[in-house]
Amino acid sequence: MNKVLLIIQREYLTRVRKKSFIVMIFVVPMLILVMGFVIKLVAEDSDKLSTLETVNVIDKSGVFDHKFRNDKNIKFNYALTDLKSAKELLKNSEGISILYIPPDYLQKDSVQIFSKKKASLPLSDEIEKQMNEIAFSDNLLKHHIDPALLSSIKKTNISLNAIEISDKGDKSANIGQNMIIGIACAIFIYLSLFIYGGQVMRGVIEEKTNRIIEVVISSVKPFQLMLGKIIGVGLVGLTQFSAWIILSAMATKIAGHSFNTPGSGLFNALQVIQTIPFGFILGCFIFYFLSGYLLYAALFAAVGSAVDSETETQQFMFPITLPLLFTYILSVSVLFRAPDSPLAVWLSMIPFTAPVAMMVRIPFEPPVWQIAISMCLMIAAFLFTTYVASRIYRVGVLMYGKKASFKEMAKWFFYKE
Amino acid sequence: MLSIRNIVKQYAGHRALSDVSLEVESGQIFGLLGPNGAGKTSLIRIVNQITAPDSGEVYFKGEKLNQSHIERIGYLPEERGLYKKMEIGEQMIYLARLKGLSRAEAQKRLKFWFEKLGMETWWKKKIEELSKGMQQKAQFVATVLHEPDLIILDEPFSGFDPVNAELIKDEILELNKKGATILFSTHRMESVEELCDAIALINKSHKILDGKVKHIRNSYRNETYFVEYAGEQIIFDGNQPFEVVNEAIGDDSYTIKIKLAEGHNSNDILHYLIPRVRVNMLQEVIPSMHEIFIEKVNLNTTGHE
Repeated sequence: MNKVLLIIQREYLTRVRKKSFIVMIFVVPMLILVMGFVIKLVAEDSDKLSTLETVNVIDKSGVFDHKFRNDKNIKFNYALTDLKSAKELLKNSEGISILYIPPDYLQKDSVQIFSKKKASLPLSDEIEKQMNEIAFSDNLLKHHIDPALLSSIKKTNISLNAIEISDKGDKSANIGQNMIIGIACAIFIYLSLFIYGGQVMRGVIEEKTNRIIEVVISSVKPFQLMLGKIIGVGLVGLTQFSAWIILSAMATKIAGHSFNTPGSGLFNALQVIQTIPFGFILGCFIFYFLSGYLLYAALFAAVGSAVDSETETQQFMFPITLPLLFTYILSVSVLFRAPDSPLAVWLSMIPFTAPVAMMVRIPFEPPVWQIAISMCLMIAAFLFTTYVASRIYRVGVLMYGKKASFKEMAKWFFYKE
Repeated sequence: MLSIRNIVKQYAGHRALSDVSLEVESGQIFGLLGPNGAGKTSLIRIVNQITAPDSGEVYFKGEKLNQSHIERIGYLPEERGLYKKMEIGEQMIYLARLKGLSRAEAQKRLKFWFEKLGMETWWKKKIEELSKGMQQKAQFVATVLHEPDLIILDEPFSGFDPVNAELIKDEILELNKKGATILFSTHRMESVEELCDAIALINKSHKILDGKVKHIRNSYRNETYFVEYAGEQIIFDGNQPFEVVNEAIGDDSYTIKIKLAEGHNSNDILHYLIPRVRVNMLQEVIPSMHEIFIEKVNLNTTGHE
């Protein structure tokens, strides 16, 4: 056992000491932060008009005359009065549109906007908004109500909070946030299974091509070496995650102070973290990361042992990664919309797909018995794959120059010690 | 020291070892000889517990081979290799610790060896920065650092330049003098006669010869002698007590290779020669291990044993 610890130590330290590891620790949270920022900017930007629009108002009702507010990108013009001649006039000019308001403007779809290209959504939204406001004030005046008074009375801001009824008492279910958390977890697990599984595989290939394998397994059993490597790399993964979570939390906190305005993306993100059962999700995340990693890393190690170079791994990688890829694609497209569908339930039970599928479901709090079964199956599965992989591994690492196939690997499995 | 009994190892397509038994005595330098693919490496891997035999047993110091013996054995595989990106000092210590040494002890011994082999400045270097010969030297150190009782070397001289090969040879002899038993496989027959106390010859998974080098060579004597004489050239008429294999005429002497006829001994040669010529030299031809190796392997291969 002592020797496994030594191997774990070496595998861990050689990776953690690498410059690339240290750089990654800082780069990833920064990337996340920058990406969040960019998304926020883009989202805000798409609400606004990017080019100047001139709107010629032809108001037959008399309610809207000179009442539109100009802003940076919209100018309202009241010079034209005849729709037909205005249309002729503006036939070929871009960025100019005609807003025609008939006398009976309250009738549905009676207000028309003409332009060379279809009016953009932000433009028509803005006009609609302003018209509603103007018409509303007009109505108020008609009924002798002071619009200023009303707006001071009206200053309330109600947003809907969806509550689920359950045995444990009512709980807030923020559906959008749950989706985001679930998908984020699934993507993270999916990527990390590949990244760290791949590291295990490359480590095995390295030992084999360096021919150090024979020296090492004259000192320890192949199984000890494989186990030490898998655990060592797994700990590297955990270290990286912990560092990312801590740094990201710190970064959002710092960023949160400077952009802490309601409605901003970062503020929402902070709120999400406060409202979800963070500990529970994190616990599940760590469990599914570890068990999924152990399951796949063993298979990756077996593949690494069977080949002489990384280029030969393709044919073996495909069947291993297929279920994962399949679940991943389903997760980000379908599963999060229907987290309790039979497909989602089944995928979250099958150990090869569970780490991704279950993480999508976790924020929606699936039944406890399902989580329990899924977790038990995960543990059984990684013990099983580790056993199978170790039997292939012990033969594979000493095989050189032989082109391995699945048939060959099956034979290795049945070899005696 | 090491007793290998009736080892059989079968791989999918072929048999690597069939019923191989041999004894390595404590303090011996034992040579494991055989052509490529004979099963030497398979046997060495079994002794190192890298693989297990299908049947048969290995005893180490009288005990059945088990995991606890790993720390008493040092192994230099034929295919050398170390972690390329790891610093050499750190790597040596790691390998020694896998063999059960403490970090402090490993460090102390490593310092000794580095000084001894002129490698002091290498400590912080990565393996990939070293030349192939330097890597081999480092690997040799890794093999013997934990002061094993049994040192197993698979083709130890391949890959070394003559200077370093000599250096390693001297180190092997010194370790042997200090009490280590050495088992090594090789093709280089000259090193066998120079180094080995005993050998085993393996061909096509069978052991076809083993024993002390001296005994083997003696048992392969076939009453052949070299004679050098001066004087008048003898015209052999068939009445001499030997058969002439070949003759060579030197500047002022003649050399003949002769095979003694049955029922005679070397004195009879002298009796025949002394009245006729002046004998400069009479020397028995003892076959070299190389000749025995070739002969045995060819016999074995053609199936006329």
